[in-house]
Amino acid sequence: MSDDVQARIATAVNSADVLLFMKGSPLFPQCGFSSRAISILDHLGVEYATVDVLQDAGIRAGIKDFSDWPTIPQLYVKGEFVGGSDIMMEMYEAGELLELLDQSGIAHS
Amino acid sequence: MPMAAAEIETMIKAALPDALVEITDLAGDGDHYSARVVSESFRGLNRVKQQRLVYDALGGRMGGVLHALQLSTATPD
Repeated sequence: MSDDVQARIATAVNSADVLLFMKGSPLFPQCGFSSRAISILDHLGVEYATVDVLQDAGIRAGIKDFSDWPTIPQLYVKGEFVGGSDIMMEMYEAGELLELLDQSGIAHS
Repeated sequence: MPMAAAEIETMIKAALPDALVEITDLAGDGDHYSARVVSESFRGLNRVKQQRLVYDALGGRMGGVLHALQLSTATPD
């Protein structure tokens, strides 16, 4: 995996407090799992940025090495990998995502 | 080439012999599954590490031939 791609991913995850690597865009998710991740973030009422891996083959492959996680979507909060959509849903239902945002000092509704 | 539910279960149990594995074919198409895996091996691990154990058991198929696996992990009560 090229260092250039890994550096671009590192820059991206540090560029926003809440960042989701996904397939498609928030308005037009191209996969059910990405769609579910967006719904959760919208329910939390948190500001987030997204990276569409379908627009960048390098990032699509490189993100799996970056996080040692084989699937997309992937959520990062304050530069830390949180999990994929199943983990997001479990954390959301347990109130742990809100806790994480609060602990990280990130505003939400 | 999709994976059969039995194949997924066999691979998980090969890596986590004590695991209770419950697989549901969500769309009836042999390609979209949900799996619930309960194993003592998960105790003390956070969710990311628990799911990584299952992904490791699937030996690189996750995100490849196995695209749609909704996964939940837990420890026995």
